[in-house]
Amino acid sequence: MSHQIVPLKTYVLVFVSLIGLTLLTTAVAFVDLGAVNTVVALVIAFSKMILVMLFFMHLRHSGGLVRIILLAGFFWMALLIALTMSDYRTRTWISPPDAWSITAPPTHP
Amino acid sequence: MPDVHAEHAQIDHTGLAHQFEDLDQQQDADTLGIWLFLVTEIMFFGGMFAAYAIFRWLYFAAFAGGSHILDIRLGAANTVVLLASSLTMALSVRSAQTGNRRALVVFLILTMILGGVFLGVKAYEYNQKFVEHIVPSLDWAPEGDVLARLAPGGLNHAQLYFFFYFAMTGLHALHMIIGMGLLFWLVLRARKGSFTPRYFAPVEVVGLYWHFVDIVWIFLFPLLYLIGGRY
Repeated sequence: MSHQIVPLKTYVLVFVSLIGLTLLTTAVAFVDLGAVNTVVALVIAFSKMILVMLFFMHLRHSGGLVRIILLAGFFWMALLIALTMSDYRTRTWISPPDAWSITAPPTHP
Repeated sequence: MPDVHAEHAQIDHTGLAHQFEDLDQQQDADTLGIWLFLVTEIMFFGGMFAAYAIFRWLYFAAFAGGSHILDIRLGAANTVVLLASSLTMALSVRSAQTGNRRALVVFLILTMILGGVFLGVKAYEYNQKFVEHIVPSLDWAPEGDVLARLAPGGLNHAQLYFFFYFAMTGLHALHMIIGMGLLFWLVLRARKGSFTPRYFAPVEVVGLYWHFVDIVWIFLFPLLYLIGGRY
């Protein structure tokens, strides 16, 4: 399981890649790519997270139970973001029927 | 006659607690436990990330304006510092595995120092926010150049951005402070020689926590500092 001793070289290589990705994401922020900027920033962040988890957190050598628990966590997070955003982003797609709108305050004789 | 004391001891001299068959089983249980905790942490931070996603989408201009006030060089430098601390943490675990007590203590202390540098830079950045009067609620009165950059997105929505900035980096910094306390405890135990190549679960567990906090920052840096580009 997690008793495997990872070679020093692997740790250093992972660290150098992480620094490289940090410099890359900072550099890309100065290039106008429109909406793609956000996508690039997130893809780089995910790549860095996967590097840290696989090597520094020894996920490569972890058992199935750890992986399932982690997957459940990510699945919940994906649900949270996806369902919340799909609610907010679709609210204005259909306007309420005219009959529901208040046109004028009720008048009293 | 069986040794009554050994029978009732909570933890024996190898570090094995009495409810476990052997050290391998104990370490698997410890590792599983911390991963379970980290998943609850994903959910804990997740709520804040979800709220951030909504308001960034609703008030994008204000969030981009607020983001451009932050010093991108300090953010990037702090990312490098935290990644370096993750490297020294990973090397601490490796030193424990190879039974090198001296290297273990040195790498643990290095990790603490790098964590301290990160918090120091963070404190400087927080102070800058007070200097620029862009601390929501407490000291919100942006003026001059800062005001000019925040105004297009709407000042109230810019203030909302800084609420997120302080809440998310503050919660992250709190985790760092707790992590440094844990590291200090590890240094004390490591110096006494509590850890062996067979028993180093506490180092591994604190390491996993430290790497998790690093991952949170890996997302906070682009999400807070790099909104809308700097071109």
